[in-house]
Amino acid sequence: MKRDAALGVLARHYPEGIVVPVYQAAFDWMAIRPHPLNYLCTGAMGQAVSHGLGLALGCPEEKIVVLDGDGSLLMNLGALVTVAHAAPANLVHFVCCNAIYEVNGRFPLPCAGDVDFAGMARAAGIPHVLAFDDVGDLEARLGEVFQLQGPVFVVLHVEQGAAHPHDYVAIHSDASRRTFRAALRARRTVATPA
Amino acid sequence: MMHEAAARPAARTDALEGSAIIREIKAAGVGTVVALPDIVTCETVLWPVARDTGLRLVQVCKEDEGVSICAGLSYCDQRSVLLIQHTGFLDSINAIRVIAVEYQLPIVMIVGLQGLEPGRAPTDSDRLGVRIVIPILEAMRLGFTILETGADAAGLAATIEASYASSRPHVFLVARSPA
Repeated sequence: MKRDAALGVLARHYPEGIVVPVYQAAFDWMAIRPHPLNYLCTGAMGQAVSHGLGLALGCPEEKIVVLDGDGSLLMNLGALVTVAHAAPANLVHFVCCNAIYEVNGRFPLPCAGDVDFAGMARAAGIPHVLAFDDVGDLEARLGEVFQLQGPVFVVLHVEQGAAHPHDYVAIHSDASRRTFRAALRARRTVATPA
Repeated sequence: MMHEAAARPAARTDALEGSAIIREIKAAGVGTVVALPDIVTCETVLWPVARDTGLRLVQVCKEDEGVSICAGLSYCDQRSVLLIQHTGFLDSINAIRVIAVEYQLPIVMIVGLQGLEPGRAPTDSDRLGVRIVIPILEAMRLGFTILETGADAAGLAATIEASYASSRPHVFLVARSPA
């Protein structure tokens, strides 16, 4: 399944909400769904789901989608247990698995292709764990995924699709952070009028 | 940038109390404590926080998770503190460097200096892990306050307020186990 095709499906099912994407998924996502509620500045590799957990706890009325990478998640596997313990009902954690450090020279992950992320998520106590390797199947079932009470963990087995530019400025910029903060405040103000 | 109580006052004997730390963080509007147990603060801060229905405790498996969780909460206009040991602080330097310092987010950390010898300043400790904490904070230009006495704790709420008002991180270094 091409990653850009998978993310295109996700964008159609989730056109407006908060998304925390990392590295190559972020570069693709910015092109596929440019939006002020893209939380781009996760800073350190592996931290996406932890930022997402903070957002999920702070905005329980919002669905929070994390677009992680397999190499990134390997840096923060304990976060699966943290998420299971905190049990945010509004967190959906996608992991794009391609078994390589794609933006760092396409070097293979340790045990490339043999790591069972879905199994690790289940073992950590995540209540809903799914995996997709076919874009049609993803299209057919993504609505159902978003109806589940979280936390939800979704493995996307992907390969590179269209090559989107590596916009490192955007994923570290003050402008991105200010845009997200303003958009979130505006959305919450509308949702909860005085 | 605040560097408070860098030189240790000799005559102050009022005890640092965990209840005062909790009272101050609540007074500052903090609703969430993100924590990984630290032997300096576990008994008198973390356990009471866990029992306090007025605070949400988020347990993490590794301290750098907490930096990001506090960041996410800050975007939702929710105040939090990260309660950790200095070893976890050292382990989290990259996350603190980028998320707290470079991104200028109000990440407030309460860091126990496990192993600091009584009567010693952190920079004079025989323990390398303790001795290097303040130089690292200074290298990152990250404001800090040493908590050793009850009087030190009394300023905690105002400092947290200032951290959020300026959107800058701050570190409270707990120099001895609170009573």
